[in-house]
Amino acid sequence: MNVLNLFKIAFRALANNKLRGFLTMLGIIIGVASVITMLAIGQGSKRSIQAEISEMGSNMIMIQPGADMRGGVRQSAEDMETLKLEDYNDIVNETRYVSAVSPSVNSSGQVIYGANNAPTTIYGISPDYMDIRRYKIEDGEMFTAQDIRTAAKVCVIGKTVVDNLFPNGENPVGKVVRFQKLPFRVVGVLESKGYNTMGMDQDDLILAPYTTIQKKVLAITHLQGITCSALREDYTDQAVDEISEILRRNHKLKETDDDDFTIRSQQELSSMLTTTTDMMTVLLAAVAGISLLVGGIGIMNIMYVSVTERTREIGLRMSIGAKGIDILSQFLIESILISVTGGLIGVVMGIGSALVVNSVAHYPIFIQPWSVFLSFAVCTLTGIFFGWYPAKKAAQLDPIEAIRYE
Amino acid sequence: MKEIIRLDNIKRDFQVGDETVHALRGITFTIYEGEFVTIMGSSGSGKSTLLNTLGCLDTPTSGDYFLDGVSVRSMGKNARAVLRNRKIGFVFQNYNLLPKTTAVENVELPLMYNPAYNSVQRKEKAVNALIAVGLGERLNHKSNQMSGGQMQRVAIARALVNDPAVILADEATGNLDTRTSFEILVLFQRLYEEGRTIIFVTHNPEIAQYSSRNIMLRDGHVISDVKNTNVLSAEKALAELPITND
Repeated sequence: MNVLNLFKIAFRALANNKLRGFLTMLGIIIGVASVITMLAIGQGSKRSIQAEISEMGSNMIMIQPGADMRGGVRQSAEDMETLKLEDYNDIVNETRYVSAVSPSVNSSGQVIYGANNAPTTIYGISPDYMDIRRYKIEDGEMFTAQDIRTAAKVCVIGKTVVDNLFPNGENPVGKVVRFQKLPFRVVGVLESKGYNTMGMDQDDLILAPYTTIQKKVLAITHLQGITCSALREDYTDQAVDEISEILRRNHKLKETDDDDFTIRSQQELSSMLTTTTDMMTVLLAAVAGISLLVGGIGIMNIMYVSVTERTREIGLRMSIGAKGIDILSQFLIESILISVTGGLIGVVMGIGSALVVNSVAHYPIFIQPWSVFLSFAVCTLTGIFFGWYPAKKAAQLDPIEAIRYE
Repeated sequence: MKEIIRLDNIKRDFQVGDETVHALRGITFTIYEGEFVTIMGSSGSGKSTLLNTLGCLDTPTSGDYFLDGVSVRSMGKNARAVLRNRKIGFVFQNYNLLPKTTAVENVELPLMYNPAYNSVQRKEKAVNALIAVGLGERLNHKSNQMSGGQMQRVAIARALVNDPAVILADEATGNLDTRTSFEILVLFQRLYEEGRTIIFVTHNPEIAQYSSRNIMLRDGHVISDVKNTNVLSAEKALAELPITND
């Protein structure tokens, strides 16, 4: 008997029991819809966290002097003076996987303009820093390499500093602010980045040439850190290796010596945060998967009842020439039709409810094509798996007994 | 004359607990094309077992059974299913129509299991069979919208649709009132006149008068096998029935 006929027979049988078919489907519909919705929410929050990290510069690499032992006493990392300007120059000149490099020195203190003042941090950096941290100039312009060479007293300020010092809405560009008694001319204002994932205000800062901070604020010759970015996020490991090699060579460390610096990349942070959301996604999917399983058991239950109820029909079909395989296929196709139809409706409802969650509760969502495909495949398999036993039972009926079944 | 059915010393034993029940104890007879045979016997005579054997639903413990020249005894389940599909038309006491299904769809059913027919041919044959049993006007009536007599006509149409070698009727008038029973008998007699081979299993001795041959069973043996030289007309009997207004 051909497959088309089997489908016709199964379809007629389902059409005869529309309400029951729909109720059975409901289990699958809810299962598939919840899998898709849950995965969409899980993936959505993962993506939004990843996006935030990438906003901070996901390929960013931070180099700091490492803690060292001196006469058996572990020193604070900040007191170390191991990072030098030549390290910075060598990283700029010798690396292949590093795209932007900036020295970093900073100092905290009050910044003053007229009668207003506010505590903030001044960062001594090079213009490359803008690329590394993804800062943009909103108004005015960035200071130049020339400013760095001359250790010019110019700066670029963040939005929070603007709000604190210029509460009346004056244009800060061209104004002179004072930091630790030192006057800085404001040449630009940064575009706001808001708070980062850790709750730090990314707009509460002043950027100035590192030479100025080194010589005129801190009076040091070493660097407190070097910030750079890998060519791409994927190249972070290679970049870290290159940098580490250069620094070990420059610092004349022996094979057995520990690093006297630490290199941190955003990858660690990124993987830590995504692990959390991945786990959440797995949990959500597991709960949803259980409801799909329950739906499958519903199919099995109904098919089982249906086989018993239709024993005489099965006996008749057998006596007019249906083989065991025909009966098996008929019931299997019925359960697959139920689960696939339920699956299709579930996909539509799942996507729909994910969109509703997004627009009503403003959760970030992301519907991954594979999650739709997966849940659909799973529910087809559910149909086969849970339809198999009742169908097998139907196929094994004895036609003589089945036809006289009351 | 062509042999349709040949039974040669058919025995069928059932194992019930520790006991062996001999349902058929050596049945031998031959049915030729165009015969209308009634098989009679009280309950326990083995007529149900014989019917199951003739219908290829069951295989004998020993003995040979040839249906239209094919030996059935050594056949597997699937081969017998195909044989039933091509050679046998069943008519049951309780009609066994599919619920909520139209007459045409019910009659099409045997052809659904025969890949030689496409849907157009199926429909055409089903409609013709329904016209042949006098239900040309009720092609799309569903089984629950029909009377017992109509349902049995649909069942007969279903038995005819695959042009079987033999029609096996199991108490086909058992659930019907007298008048409708005669109407169905008229239909069977007409099929007999058209040259169809019919085996009608019943416990009602009256029906034997309308068939061309009568086989009596008792305790698994054939106790009589007689040709009926004076076949009564069911049509006449129907005409003579008192008309009741109900």
